[in-house]
Amino acid sequence: MHKIDPSRMDLVEEFRNNPDGPYSPELTLVVNRLRLMPMADRHILVCTRRGREWVLAKMPSTRGTKLELIEGQVFDEYSRGVWEVFKRRWQTVTGVDLA
Amino acid sequence: MKKILGYLNAWVIAPGEVLKVKVSTYGSERYHADLVRVICGDANPDHGIYREEEIDAPFSGEYTGRLQPIDCGSYAVLPNSPEFTTLDSFTVQAWIWPTTPDKGEQGIITHWQDDPAHGFALLIDDSGALAMKVGDGSGNVSEVSIDKPLATRRWHLVSGLYDAKSGQISVCQEPINVDHENHQAAIATKQINPGKVGTTDSPLMFAAFPMMQANGKPGSQCHFNGKIDRPRLTAGILSAAERSVVAWDALPHERNRHVIGAWDFSHDIGTDVVSDVSPNGLHGYTVNLPSRGCKGYNWSGAEQDWKQAPQEYGAAHFHDDDLYDAGWETDFEYIVPDDLRSGVYAVRLKADDDEWYVTFFVRPPRGTTTSKLAFLASTVTYMAYSNYHWLFHERFSEVTEAMWATLEKTEVFLQEHNELGLSTYDTHSDGSGVRYASRLRPVLNMAAKTPLWSFNADTLIMGWLENQGIEYDVITDEDLHQEGASLLDQYQAVLTGTHPEYYTTPMWDGMRAYLARKGRLIYLGGNGFIWRCALSSEMPGILELRRPEDGIRYRDEEPGESYLEFTGEYGGLWRRLGMPPQALVGVGTVAVGFDASGYYKRKEASFDSRASFIFEGIGDDEVIGDFGIVGGGASGGEIDAVDPMMGTPSHTLVVASSEGHSENTYLAPDECGFNHSAMNGTQNPNVRADMTFFETPGGGGVFSVGSISWSGSLSHNDYDNNVSRITRNVIRRFLDNKPFVMPD
Repeated sequence: MHKIDPSRMDLVEEFRNNPDGPYSPELTLVVNRLRLMPMADRHILVCTRRGREWVLAKMPSTRGTKLELIEGQVFDEYSRGVWEVFKRRWQTVTGVDLA
Repeated sequence: MKKILGYLNAWVIAPGEVLKVKVSTYGSERYHADLVRVICGDANPDHGIYREEEIDAPFSGEYTGRLQPIDCGSYAVLPNSPEFTTLDSFTVQAWIWPTTPDKGEQGIITHWQDDPAHGFALLIDDSGALAMKVGDGSGNVSEVSIDKPLATRRWHLVSGLYDAKSGQISVCQEPINVDHENHQAAIATKQINPGKVGTTDSPLMFAAFPMMQANGKPGSQCHFNGKIDRPRLTAGILSAAERSVVAWDALPHERNRHVIGAWDFSHDIGTDVVSDVSPNGLHGYTVNLPSRGCKGYNWSGAEQDWKQAPQEYGAAHFHDDDLYDAGWETDFEYIVPDDLRSGVYAVRLKADDDEWYVTFFVRPPRGTTTSKLAFLASTVTYMAYSNYHWLFHERFSEVTEAMWATLEKTEVFLQEHNELGLSTYDTHSDGSGVRYASRLRPVLNMAAKTPLWSFNADTLIMGWLENQGIEYDVITDEDLHQEGASLLDQYQAVLTGTHPEYYTTPMWDGMRAYLARKGRLIYLGGNGFIWRCALSSEMPGILELRRPEDGIRYRDEEPGESYLEFTGEYGGLWRRLGMPPQALVGVGTVAVGFDASGYYKRKEASFDSRASFIFEGIGDDEVIGDFGIVGGGASGGEIDAVDPMMGTPSHTLVVASSEGHSENTYLAPDECGFNHSAMNGTQNPNVRADMTFFETPGGGGVFSVGSISWSGSLSHNDYDNNVSRITRNVIRRFLDNKPFVMPD
């Protein structure tokens, strides 16, 4: 499993500038690592108005239970929502807060 | 988020027939219902192509909402009998293969009623151990447990014994050890007050306890996950030797005259019947389709086909999330009027700030057509995908699809409501693959305004047909399954949807016969004609799928269980069965990639006079489909190409091939026997879609685009583009009566 170097702010910047990809080979390793987090507590997006609104959410640990919709984390651009997902997962994996 | 859902008794209906609409609300006291014709279901406001048409219907109006429960989880019911209610001392036993012994209380064999507790139950207790409890009907419950968890996915003979004279209850588990393990047999005994167990009105049940649902109907709870084989009930206390004889013998009453019931799941595979092979004939039925045709405790591996060794396929695999028929009451009915044109429709339900479209298909009056062109709606494929959970159940979903998980409101609701059941892409809560998918329940991903996949992607084609003013009938997979080639023979040409992936044998034979006669097929999709599946002739509205060997699949199949229970056929890829899609439509699946789509370029064969009709109005060097709302191009999602080794007809013209595929578009598993470092769309020349045409000896022909995303390009530039033009050219020629002529 790829180990993310939390000092690589250049890769964070690359993602922030192009969240939809395609990504450089080094950023692809980071993205794949973040996409392989356990499903429990994984931050995701929920589309609440097609093409217009997305809300940050966190997956529950078991089937049949509610997702947690994160209060105040509503996005009118999909790429902004994806950037928030990236930041949350980066913090989970590396312990570094990108806020 | 969701306030209202519904489903219907049928997905396809003809004028004069009755549609039964079943609705449940979730917190809303009132709802509104009306009828719409769905023309294009893509509700993305940036695309601007959504179209629906309100239709007057007698049912339109306000209704009182109610919550309709669903009794999810499979089990078996043996109706109550004096043989059960007059029990004195007894021995109950079964072979079990528990898959989640640690999930909490699970009924194995129960004859139980609560408040006050009556009867007996052989169960797995909260500690994962085998236990037995008895209730005397006066509120006294006595339980004995092995206090040692059962081994997961290992066969055990489990027994429960109650001696009414001495008041002794005992449980015993005897594992069948695999070669390198050493699970120990164990027994536990407890002394209680002697006397009969309390008489109960409940049936005998396998794999669950009874429960009364909120609507007063009998239901179930505390489901067992795993296999049960050869459950037995015998009067008296059996010794260890007697228990062994009764458990192992297929006809135990021949060895022990005290046998009350000996149930055998190897009988009546493919049905919901549970046969008692003892002389008492205490037959029953299953609820919510536990899997049958499953390896039993005595499976030797000598046979892979349950038909050849039924005595080794005596297990039923139960799951706490199996679902067949949601069983909702009908809220209102709709008799489809004679003048309602064939098409895609929906009962539109609105409750508070939520709405839901309950989709159905209206075919022409039976025995007639109203157009020369038929759109063949892939309802069997829609069923296979119904209530797809994979995106939020599977850890590898994001890297598979090269995207960030983004759920719909419907998927958020599915995550919270296990009772709505799973799709054939999912795994059960015990990790085993889902083999059955039902349409007799709300299906949250077959509706207008859902993402562009399967059904709703197909409405892109419908919307284009309407925009072009091309008349069409709608027929469905289920119609083809039931009526075969005679259904298709009525049409000059047949148009597929974006992804006609699943085919039953009658569907396959019907399509093949249609094309061999004079039929004309326009295959506007990708990854089509891939998996053999089955529909039940006994139980309407349920699909069965087994996924052995390989293919683009989201789960593996249990070894030794590759034969379909509904038909007895070997399941899997049509390719592996010796009938590849390339031999039917010219192309077969080669690659998959969901992040970005490619485009087509014309090949030399496109300038052959046989293909000139396809490219009327298209420039010699024109790039085809480098635009679209599905991945930005007309070639993507899942793509198909020719392969003479797989049977592509020798005179097939490859008129265009795709380029520009992404590094996340990979060869399909069945196209690569050995993974290597050049498998993706930027490196591998086989990652491409081929656009093909060939004639048939009967004067018909087949045109294929080999791409799921083709339909996503049709609406580009207000439907004025080269993907639209090619599609229109082909339909126009295919509807011309002039026969195609085979080349020399």
